[in-house]
Amino acid sequence: MRKEIRDTLFILVPVIAAFYYLPSIYSNQLLFFNFIVFLVLAQGVNIIYGFTGYLPFGYVGFFGAGAYGFSLPVMHFHLSALPALGTAAGAAILLALLLTPLLRLSGAYFAIANLAAAMAAFQIVSNPNLTDITKGPYGISLSGVFAPDFAYGVAVAILAFTLLTVIFLRNSRFGLALQAIREDSVTAGMAGVDVVRMRTLAWLLSALVAGLAGGVFAWYVSVFYPETVFSTSFSIFAIVFALFGGVATIAGPILGVIILYGTYNTIGITEPQYFQLIYGALIMGLVLFLPDGLVSLFKRWGVNVP
Amino acid sequence: MLIYSITAGLLFGFYFSLVGLGLNLVFGVMRIVNLAHGSFLMLGAFLAYLLFSGSGINPVYSAGLAFALFMLFGLPLYYLIVPRLLSSKNPEMLSLIFFFGMAQLIEAIASIEFGPTERSLPGRALGEGPVQILGQSFPGSWVITAGICALAVVLVYFYLYRTRLGAATRAVMIDRAEAQASGIDVHRTSAIAFGISLGLAATAGVMAPFMIGSITPAMGEGINVAAFAVIVIGTLGNPLGAVFGGLIYGVSLMLMQNYLSSWADLLPNLLLIAILLVRPSGLLGRKVRYA
Repeated sequence: MRKEIRDTLFILVPVIAAFYYLPSIYSNQLLFFNFIVFLVLAQGVNIIYGFTGYLPFGYVGFFGAGAYGFSLPVMHFHLSALPALGTAAGAAILLALLLTPLLRLSGAYFAIANLAAAMAAFQIVSNPNLTDITKGPYGISLSGVFAPDFAYGVAVAILAFTLLTVIFLRNSRFGLALQAIREDSVTAGMAGVDVVRMRTLAWLLSALVAGLAGGVFAWYVSVFYPETVFSTSFSIFAIVFALFGGVATIAGPILGVIILYGTYNTIGITEPQYFQLIYGALIMGLVLFLPDGLVSLFKRWGVNVP
Repeated sequence: MLIYSITAGLLFGFYFSLVGLGLNLVFGVMRIVNLAHGSFLMLGAFLAYLLFSGSGINPVYSAGLAFALFMLFGLPLYYLIVPRLLSSKNPEMLSLIFFFGMAQLIEAIASIEFGPTERSLPGRALGEGPVQILGQSFPGSWVITAGICALAVVLVYFYLYRTRLGAATRAVMIDRAEAQASGIDVHRTSAIAFGISLGLAATAGVMAPFMIGSITPAMGEGINVAAFAVIVIGTLGNPLGAVFGGLIYGVSLMLMQNYLSSWADLLPNLLLIAILLVRPSGLLGRKVRYA
């Protein structure tokens, strides 16, 4: 059996089926929706960090761009939801194209410049001078398109698209080329990999899924403030989940989200500082003791994780 | 207005030099970006707040105390984590993630301990009435802060260029392996540099209520971007480049605040991105770009 088909059957199909049917068993749809958003974001971080080695501290910028890319056309031009998801994706891609020059930087320089870019995007969107266009700091309300059930279904579809992308990356020459660039871009270039084009494509793919997630998030919640959709905790969570599970795999980020976000919800989110505390300590512990994530444990025992 | 902006900018510039100095020292010696720098600065700010509101201690003394305290804290911290990080297979990236986690941890502890409310110190805590410079009047606290920061910078200069340990530190900055080969105790030198860096961050933190405004547990992140902007404008890895970067940063911040006030928050972010893209080695620097 070809690997793509095997991964699709044993990872994508069960995950999608679970999220499709779970709300009818346990009626907390919002909880599952949040799971989907974080699964998409963690896989998005996986695409750009796991496969190409660029660590996006400002990943939330694309999520926010997607949320506003969805909301502004709906608010000003009364666009309906599905085409607005297209503009959400467009906004994220546009931001990513604007930021492609950052890919010339490496390591820490890229991570911090990306963080600065996300903060700049937030400051522009929430600036009181732009209240007429973006509602500035006062937040967005989209009662006209509110349709949680429909939005949930679309979110499941976006998750399926994201997982397919990662399955493709994991099993294709394209993904192999990206990992070669991550290990040594000069050697990869010598071996005939088009370094600039490949990493730009990965960057845009990663932005695209975050933009779609942001768009469907805006649609699902309908009322939000700029600091909600540009909150650094989205970047932190997505990076922690992906790292915890193990990047450059398909199953790693999924495991990370289910274990960590599951714990987050079981213990309860009344005191977010305590989670910041735990996640901070977890990041430090992971770096020191398990830098390749949970799946590296399986690999140590000789089990190959897709 | 223009003279006012530029003079105030220079005063702030000295402050931002101090903010960037410690970060740059660590980067120069260990090639590590300490993303918890802003969090240590925040802790220093809370120390000053507690000492002043609790027992009325003048922040000038708190600055000295904060330096000593955080320096002593930094030494064991170095031995606990940095050698381990440096020997991992991707030190640059892993240490970035590690200190990011540490920043989250410190911020969380601070918000559990102090709550999210904004606190501030009155300017009179530091100095009396306004000071006249070039016919313009400035708050006394600004001038005193700038003075303390300038003093700290001079002391660091003295340490690096006039002491034996400073010469060893500069040798480690140039080439870690070669320094080790010529008999320098690399870990001891680096540990002291790390301690000094945390001490400088905390000192800058003590002054933060007068220059940056109210203090909150979450202030570290914005400070990090500002500090990184300062050292990128100066030169990464050259501690005294931070002074140059700080002055440029301070003046442009003041010009922005006086002429385009509602967009002033954007400045550090845009400046950082622009300089990284156009001249990543900094305005004074040699070539360092990799990709």
